[in-house]
Amino acid sequence: MNFADTFKISTPTDREIRIARVFDAPRELIFDAFTRPELLKRWLSGPPGWSFVVCEVDLRVGGAYRFVWRGPDGAEMGMGGIHREIDRPERVVNTQKYDQDWTGGEAEGTLLLFEQDGKTLSTNTVRYLSKEARDGALASGMDQGMIAGYDRLEALLPALQVEGTA
Amino acid sequence: MTPDRLDATFAALADPTRRAILARLASGEASVTELAEPFAMSQPAISKHLKVLERAGLISTGSDAQRRPRRLEAEPLAEANQWLERYRQFWEASYLRLDDLLDELKLAKKAPSRKKRGDPRP
Repeated sequence: MNFADTFKISTPTDREIRIARVFDAPRELIFDAFTRPELLKRWLSGPPGWSFVVCEVDLRVGGAYRFVWRGPDGAEMGMGGIHREIDRPERVVNTQKYDQDWTGGEAEGTLLLFEQDGKTLSTNTVRYLSKEARDGALASGMDQGMIAGYDRLEALLPALQVEGTA
Repeated sequence: MTPDRLDATFAALADPTRRAILARLASGEASVTELAEPFAMSQPAISKHLKVLERAGLISTGSDAQRRPRRLEAEPLAEANQWLERYRQFWEASYLRLDDLLDELKLAKKAPSRKKRGDPRP
């Protein structure tokens, strides 16, 4: 089975965006990969040419995390927040805010890990705290808000195929 | 595609009435009166939506001075879709790297001599 096929982006409510993926590993390992800086640096390094310049995680309730990436042209992108709930190995809830405020406001992220027969379903849900924040994310053209736009665009695409070929 | 143009495209797409107008225009050009028909909305309200769509470059106005038909411009949508596809590819690529890392961690866990995994949280 190709696990990359299990990748799915959805908008379960009008304030949420969810990325789901199945990994061929027990959830303790995935929990660590999402929460330990030395492991995060190995995979969440950004698009080609980008890398972490700051990757700090204080994995305690009320503890902060901070990520900054730098691109090939020297541009930096930063985000961070506070941990609200930590329940190893199945759940992390945190706040998320981008330095450039592309999302239009602070959002809440929930990582949930379900394990079955040694495989783990990971769902990463971002919930915007207000309609304004969600709409700001949608209008931003950057970040997770793009995904909500994606669903909508996808719904439009069959109709647009006709026009595109004209 | 510039960020400003993406902003305008996604702001325009964030409204259900405007998406419905685009879907309608996908099947052919239409006048403001024709576009207003299926919606319980006044022509000025529809015109406001059309202005947003036109500013985003998603529609244009035809040359018929009487009817002033609106038509769909497919290119900005195609560009926006391309941008989104790159975003999706970013997450897929990240998760593929995570797959490799997890394989490595599983092997490390199996090796009993190297008691690196399973440490209590700091």
